[in-house]
Order: sequence, then C-alpha cells, then structure tokens
Amino acid sequence: MLQNERYIRQMILPGFGLVSQDKLRSAKVLIVGMGGLGCPALQYLVAAGVGKIGIMDADQVSASNLHRQLLFNASEIGQNKVVVAAVKMNQLDNAVLIDSYPFALNKQNAPEIIKNYDLVIDGTDNFSAKYLINDACVLLNKPWVYGAVSRYQGQLCVFNLAEQDTPAINYRDLFPVAPGSGEIKTCEETGVIGVLPGIIGTMQAAEAIKLITGLGKLIYGRLFNYDLLRAGSYEIAIAKQDNPLMIDRDFFESMNYVEDCVMEADGIEEINVATFNSLRTNPNVFVLDVRERHEYPAIDFSDAQIPMSELQDSIAKLPEKEICIICHQGIRSVYAARLIKSQRHVRVYSLKGGLTAYFKEAL
Amino acid sequence: MRIHVLFFGSLTDATVVPDIYLETVADTAALKELLIQQYPLLRTAKYFIAVNQKMVQENTTLKTGDTVALMPPFSGG
Repeated sequence: MLQNERYIRQMILPGFGLVSQDKLRSAKVLIVGMGGLGCPALQYLVAAGVGKIGIMDADQVSASNLHRQLLFNASEIGQNKVVVAAVKMNQLDNAVLIDSYPFALNKQNAPEIIKNYDLVIDGTDNFSAKYLINDACVLLNKPWVYGAVSRYQGQLCVFNLAEQDTPAINYRDLFPVAPGSGEIKTCEETGVIGVLPGIIGTMQAAEAIKLITGLGKLIYGRLFNYDLLRAGSYEIAIAKQDNPLMIDRDFFESMNYVEDCVMEADGIEEINVATFNSLRTNPNVFVLDVRERHEYPAIDFSDAQIPMSELQDSIAKLPEKEICIICHQGIRSVYAARLIKSQRHVRVYSLKGGLTAYFKEAL
Repeated sequence: MRIHVLFFGSLTDATVVPDIYLETVADTAALKELLIQQYPLLRTAKYFIAVNQKMVQENTTLKTGDTVALMPPFSGG
C-alpha cells in the first residue's frame, strides 16, 4: 500500500497536508502504561503515522483489562502487554517503529529512556508513576500529556511545554506533593467504565498530534475535566505556583518514587514557620534535616542531618521524641515524615515550604 | 445571593452531592472551614481550589454569584 494513500483522509484536511504528515513521521513518542489510556493512545498514534513509538508496561493481559483495553483479547490473557501490543501495531502499520520496554518506568531508567523521545504520554494508573514522569520530563525539558480517570470523570492536561518568556507549568504546580496511599482510591478499588479511559486516552493522542504538528490550541495552562454522566466538561485555568518547586537533579535523586504510594500519610502535620520556631526550641522536639550533605545553607538549629537517601536505615536510631522534619522546599520532608510515621508511633511534623520559606520569613 | 460550590472526582465520597449552594461566605479559607464542618471527611482530602474556573493559591475573597470548584488529583488509568 502506498503510504500516502493510507494517510490521505487526514492529509486532505485544511491546514494538515504533507507538512503535518511529515512532522508526524519524524516524531518520537513514549507511551508509559499499556492500560485503558495507553492502548487507545497507541492505536491512534500508530494509525496516524507517528514515526517511532516507545511502549512501556511490566504487566500481563488479565481478564479484568478486557472491558477497556480493546487492543487485547481473551486468548492473550497472561501474555506480556507490550509484546502483544508491538506485534499488533506492526500488523497495523509496519512503517511505524515500535520500541518495546516490557518493564516499569523507574527512577534509574526514566532519564535514559525519556531522553530519546520528543514527548511522553502518561497512561499510568498510579501517582508514583505520574510524579516520576513529571519530574523526569522537567529535568529533560520534555512536554508530557497527562491523563487520568476517577469513576465517571477524567482529567487531561499538557504539562511542561517550553514556551518563550513563560515558565513551563508542571504537575507539581497543581499538586506539589503526591497523595499518600489511602487518600485517593485507585480504579481497582473504585471501578471504571471502559469507555471513559477510551475517551481520555484518545484525547491524549489528539493532544500529541496537535503538539507534534502545531495544529490548533493545546490543553495547556488549563486543566480539562470531563464528566461522562453529565456529558460535559469543566475547565480550570492553571498557573505556576508563586514559589514554584525547584525540580533539579538533587531533588530527583532524593525522591523515592516507589515507596511513596504505599505509605500512610495520616497524622503528618505540615506546619508554618511560626509554629516551627516554637517547636524547634522545645526540648521534647527533635529537629531532623533530611537534605543531602552538600546542600546549602548550613543551619545550626537541627538536632541531626540524615539525608533522605539514608533515612530508611536510621529510623530505628531516632530518639523517642516528637520529630520535626525540614528540607529545602518542604516536599522531601513530607515523604520523610511518611516514612518515619509508617514505622514509628511518634508525632511527626513537616515544615511547609521548607528552609526556603524559613529564610524568606527571617529576612 | 449565593455561592455555587462544585465537588469533583472522589470528593463526592465525602460530600455525597456533586454541588451545593451556600449563602455568602467571606473567602475561600472560611469556605474550607465551613465545608469541613459540614463534611468532616473533607479535612484529609487533597484538592486545589478554583474560583470562577481559575486556580487560586492564596486565600481569595468570594462574592455573590461566584462558582468555587474543589478539584482533587485523579490517578486511574
């Protein structure tokens, strides 16, 4: 079949043409997660003629996937999703190169894999993965297309799009800290109707096509919320935080994107600078700095410095006191607080905004 | 006149209803307190607030006719 005959119906669209088709052919897209969102996104992007697509998932096809992941069928239950998807996409259009990653995205492999693509589509079903994608994309200056569902509603947004003069908005501008487990339920617990991720995943593919070709107006700077039962949408204009979190190599290295989602957040108290100042002079409160050793400035009001990366091994040695945790920006300290809280029955505080907020108020 | 409050996603676990109307409330901080009294489960819920479809980071004055949305993060896929 002539390649252009395959794509003719989109090429004859006003404003599309050979130019857009060539852009799609040169594009490289990574889809993380071959579930209800990732499957339709993959199928439409292959069909549209995207040049190279990476697909990533560690899971096998299961019977409970089939009502929403129409790429798979009952005879494939138990087979690796990425392997099955790669074979089928090759049958659909063998001019599209498929990179298969039959394993999960993690902190170690994320930068190495993501750097090979122009953009990332988030087809994941958990917060750890979404925050990992976000932070890795910020580090590498790659845009990503967020999608997620909750019961009968879906969310969609393009993040980290580099535009002139305006700092890129990322997921942590909306929700700086990932929720703890138990705070937000998963689809497994709450259920999902198959057609909903089908709609959101297809819209993610549409945003990817617009991002690649430059056509139309992206869902950027606004969060798009779709309500299936109401058959309506609600948009919210979003912006950078006034004091945006600095996501740099140190931050990325110190995060634990795996354990985060299995920890309890209950009972952690985020405190302001005024409360911190009264706590830090209280002899019954142990002030713990979880910054890495090379981070500045040095401070003289902590009782110990145990970097986040070493904390797990030191929890048993912490004194039987209330613990007040500080870090650079008040994000790692929340994760550290969760870690301690999951293993020790003590009152745990985290300084909101971290030392950045502390020194800002001291000036 | 009144303020229209919308609850998205799993927040309706706490509120049961998708939206309510309130008599005038001074600002978003007062609104949060009022909602927690009415729906105690909202105390631990994670969400951001938008006033008239615009995300707000600071406490924001509310006026008659405003629509306030409470938007939680979603993670399902």
